[in-house]
Amino acid sequence: MKLNLALAQIATKLGDVESNLEKHLEYIKQAKSQKADLLVFPELSLTGYVLQDLVASVAHTPTEDDPVFKHLLKASNDLDLVVGFVDEDSRHRFFIASAYLSGGRAVHVHHKVYLPTYGLFDEGRFFAWGDSVRSFDTRFGRVGMLICEDFWHASPPYLLWLDGADIMLFSSASPGRGLTDKEKLESARWVERVSKAYASMFTSFVAHCNRVGFEDGLLFWGGATINDPNGELLAQGPYFEEALTVCELDLNQLRRTRARLPLLRDERTALVQKEMSRILSAR
Amino acid sequence: MQIDLSINTDVAHQILTGFIKSEVTRAGFSRAVVGLSGGIDSALSCVLAVEALGRENVLAVRMPYRTSSPDSLAHAELLIEQLEIPSKTIEITEMVDPLIAKDKEITKLRKGNIMARERMIVLYDQSEVFKGLVIGTSNKTEILLGYSTQFGDAASAMNPIGDLYKTQIRQLARALNIPAPIIDKAPSADLWDGQTDEGELGFTYEKVDQLLYLLVDHRYSPTECVEAGFDEKFVSGVVKRIQRTQYKRMQPPIAKLSNRTIGYDFLYLRDWGT
Repeated sequence: MKLNLALAQIATKLGDVESNLEKHLEYIKQAKSQKADLLVFPELSLTGYVLQDLVASVAHTPTEDDPVFKHLLKASNDLDLVVGFVDEDSRHRFFIASAYLSGGRAVHVHHKVYLPTYGLFDEGRFFAWGDSVRSFDTRFGRVGMLICEDFWHASPPYLLWLDGADIMLFSSASPGRGLTDKEKLESARWVERVSKAYASMFTSFVAHCNRVGFEDGLLFWGGATINDPNGELLAQGPYFEEALTVCELDLNQLRRTRARLPLLRDERTALVQKEMSRILSAR
Repeated sequence: MQIDLSINTDVAHQILTGFIKSEVTRAGFSRAVVGLSGGIDSALSCVLAVEALGRENVLAVRMPYRTSSPDSLAHAELLIEQLEIPSKTIEITEMVDPLIAKDKEITKLRKGNIMARERMIVLYDQSEVFKGLVIGTSNKTEILLGYSTQFGDAASAMNPIGDLYKTQIRQLARALNIPAPIIDKAPSADLWDGQTDEGELGFTYEKVDQLLYLLVDHRYSPTECVEAGFDEKFVSGVVKRIQRTQYKRMQPPIAKLSNRTIGYDFLYLRDWGT
């Protein structure tokens, strides 16, 4: 089975959902013309990243009666979509969220479970913490979504793997930082390293879509990547500029890799659970 | 640890020109104004602005005082000719001297501050004439040391070079073919005859950059810096200096009265809506 995967590393307008929606629809059109089956947008792709006091005014819910999502849900009849947005629940908590849209409905919504609140980040001040990490079924098999800091921690990708995800879709709004004499920024090197590591250790497809553009002095570095179950880089977008990276995934590679390297078969989850219980109860 | 401040100049160049282009155009402008002192910092900001916006869109303004070194003017001219950009020379002597003459007791420091602030006035006036934003020329070393005049040379609409230490500025300037005399001369605010930054500060940029790199970028404690080989007095002097000049790196604090106060809980980026 083949999956034509597209990653849209876009720049967004800060707090201007209408205008960002238009850009989504343009990229959807472009991805469709390139016969993409699934198009992934970055973290907070509908709103921009450093929202601060704009959070409440840019929140939406992924339902048909929502003025923004009705267009995206309609578009999801042609190809599956992952979009980043601020999700407001019925009790008015605001989450950094990714929605997987397919066939006119929201198949799954992930709320970011790790909100970085250190250094240049202040997410915990403005957002509620997500409290679940779940894989879900799609027409391409079982998929898991994580948002930026979620995959800086090892446990969410691990949980998705155990929950059946063979395709991990990571989205980010990662500000470039750590300029040294090397060709790549430290933040880019770190994310590329762990994406490759997850693909290798979990013998899974790992795609990462990071936004571009500036917000004040912060530059988001782009550089979307797709790694295959052997940990090999299949495709990479450019740094710092908008781009649509399209790559055909041969999903049969999962079978070939796991026949050679049965890490999933041999994973001792009962041992993990036993030791985890001991470690946590000793605390 | 190995203290290595060298940077990839291609990456720095790409990010900084992108920053100028993005932030100028999102503020609704297409042009920029740079005060060219003849020194390396303003030369670098100017080159970056030209590459970001195009040479016809950057106005270089030279603002000599009667005691300014003739070299300063000549070095600025070198760059203006190399870049083929529009320029103006507006002497500040006749604006500055009447204020200085009002007080016979005036100190060198006060005179220097008056000149720096007069240049800010001229620059912001030219900003309106040229319809261009003022590009900052302060580097990370001088910002951390507070070695600038508040509301004077520190004033700008945006600063592309404020996260580069002086030694990194030199590396990037060399990569961008800034004329050698500008890179090689002793840095000076040129506010009085014979003034040099390093003479006034009492240490070299190379040395203090290494210390700042450990203290700020790598979060070394002062004690750890001494263990890494820096002189104890030098370390404590620099640490005190950073602390004492924190006010120069901030907006003036507003006394909180209401439930929502600018600076504390009214939080939006400048790029709001763009």
